[in-house]
Amino acid sequence: MNAQRSNIGLAVVGWLVALIMFFPILWMVLTAFKTEQTAFSTTPEFLFSPTLESFRTALAQGAGYWHYAFNSFFTAMVSTLLGLALAVPAAFAMAFYPSKRTDFTLVWMVSTKFIPAVGVLIPIFLIYKSLGLIDNDWGLIMLFTAMNLPIMVWMVYSYFRDVPKDIVEAADIDGASTMQTMFRVILPLALPGLASTGLLALILAWNESFWSLTMTDHNAATLAVFIASFKSAEGLFWAKMSAASVLTVTPIVVLGWFAQRQMVRGLTFGAVK
Amino acid sequence: MAVVELKNVVKRYGGGLTGKAARSEEAPAVDDFNLVTEDGEFVVLVGPSGCGKSTTMRMIAGLEDNTEGEIRIGGRDVSDVAARDRDIAMVFQSYALYPHMSVFENMAFSLRLKKAPKSEIDQRVNEAASILDITHLLDRKPRALSGGQRQRVALGRAIVRQPQVFLMDEPLSNLDAKLRVDMRAEIVKLHRKLGVTTFYVTHDQTEAMTMGQRIVVMRDGRIQQIDTPNALYARPANMFVAGFIGTPSMNFMKMRVGDDTRSLKGETARFRAGDAFTGDLLDSHRGQEVWVGIRPEHLQHHEGDAGALENGLSGTVDVVEPLGSVTMVQLEIDGHRITAQLEGDTRARSGDTITLTCESARLHLFDVVSEQALARQPVESAATA
Repeated sequence: MNAQRSNIGLAVVGWLVALIMFFPILWMVLTAFKTEQTAFSTTPEFLFSPTLESFRTALAQGAGYWHYAFNSFFTAMVSTLLGLALAVPAAFAMAFYPSKRTDFTLVWMVSTKFIPAVGVLIPIFLIYKSLGLIDNDWGLIMLFTAMNLPIMVWMVYSYFRDVPKDIVEAADIDGASTMQTMFRVILPLALPGLASTGLLALILAWNESFWSLTMTDHNAATLAVFIASFKSAEGLFWAKMSAASVLTVTPIVVLGWFAQRQMVRGLTFGAVK
Repeated sequence: MAVVELKNVVKRYGGGLTGKAARSEEAPAVDDFNLVTEDGEFVVLVGPSGCGKSTTMRMIAGLEDNTEGEIRIGGRDVSDVAARDRDIAMVFQSYALYPHMSVFENMAFSLRLKKAPKSEIDQRVNEAASILDITHLLDRKPRALSGGQRQRVALGRAIVRQPQVFLMDEPLSNLDAKLRVDMRAEIVKLHRKLGVTTFYVTHDQTEAMTMGQRIVVMRDGRIQQIDTPNALYARPANMFVAGFIGTPSMNFMKMRVGDDTRSLKGETARFRAGDAFTGDLLDSHRGQEVWVGIRPEHLQHHEGDAGALENGLSGTVDVVEPLGSVTMVQLEIDGHRITAQLEGDTRARSGDTITLTCESARLHLFDVVSEQALARQPVESAATA
């Protein structure tokens, strides 16, 4: 009886927390369907006649939604694939051929994430400027890759470590070369882990705004720049900005939804033997 | 099929990973290991955990480098040959099946790597599967198999290779007791059928005794004795082997060698060392203490008067454990805990004082300091005495 009551209590608290967390997103979606006037209303309105007007304007904003969406997709996708291509062999070497300094190297790599991005903004901006990489997709891709690489190496490393050592040795005895062991035994086993690593990198790159806003202008501008463009000298456009935000988060939310199972499986790999 | 030779093989850890480096000053994991197998022999490496048996096997496999010495398989020095080129197959304790491959693919993996023709792969996998009676499982994934079935697949993967040497690292220890006994017999049968030189690591002396043609008893990285099961049982080289081989374990009592070099005296127990012991060896221990070893199954209940016995020991029964066919009786004699395996219908009860006797030829004597066997009876006399 008591246990049941406390379960109900927990459920209520859970729903409350979820609601508080979800509310801004709900509000964003609602605002996206409002007119600028209703969006600016000081009394919050839940009941209003929805309009697609903001979406229509937003889609045509600047170079148009699709220009930014393509840049976001292209930079996130390529940087993720590039990141995996670098992280997998690095993690493989660390997991299966560890040296005395492997632990240190891992910590050192992750420690680069301790530096705030703004701390390296000036040097990177100057380097990019002299290399002509400002407002360039590939410049952004390199930044995203470097930004995500420590986390990717760390994650892939931990998935590789979960592959039982016996299996690697069995492959060795069965006559597999290092490459064959990697491609035919370890990668298939770590696939759920690789998928969730890739998904996380994709999300982080897609949502990235600091570098996108500072290093791009038009050509390589991503959806983060698209959203920011609604904060202009003429004022804030809540409804259009919300519409742009909805257009920005929807693809990644849909992808996350589909990948959810894979993601959970990857994150708990190893916990379930 | 091949002869495997290990000459002065030493394994020292250290200089490698952090943490292990600290161990470099310690005693080697395997020290001065020497063994030459016969072609097609079944050799069991046995000893308590940490004795170096698995390390020895891993060196033969090529999963560990030998620090010193030489390992030859079929006459070829393989010390610098990678595991994949040694033409050996290994069965792991965890089975180490590839979870993402079907049973068929698990068994075919090594042949696919060798780029064997498809028809040959099919034929060899099916042949191995039928030997092990797992043909109906070929399409399944390892996770859909029971422990015993996985064990068979692991064996099958080794058989398909048709290697020169089989290495088995505690392959049965994850199975339940009944299955273990069944698989034990199957592996022995399999070995007889295939005739491939086999190394088998176990910590279970029963497994070692029932399976091995020759047994290598190890402790602290060193070989204690290499012998056939019967010889290990009848003529253990030292107290460790004597205590390790045989269940229940051998009893040990400290006794003094009499001036006649034939009589052994404890506080109340007394024995006469029979002719099976060489006089010279006991001569050198005249008047000194020795360890006397008696196997529980060689003690007999003596119903009569203890005084007239040449070989006798009396004590108060502490625990009686009836097992049906036999009864285990534990007594305290001269400060030593003694276990006797008596007839199933023995009348001994807890609290009784009983007298036990043992034939002279069944005694084992060990030096108190070195713990080495003092004098050995030939196997025949022990068996017929």
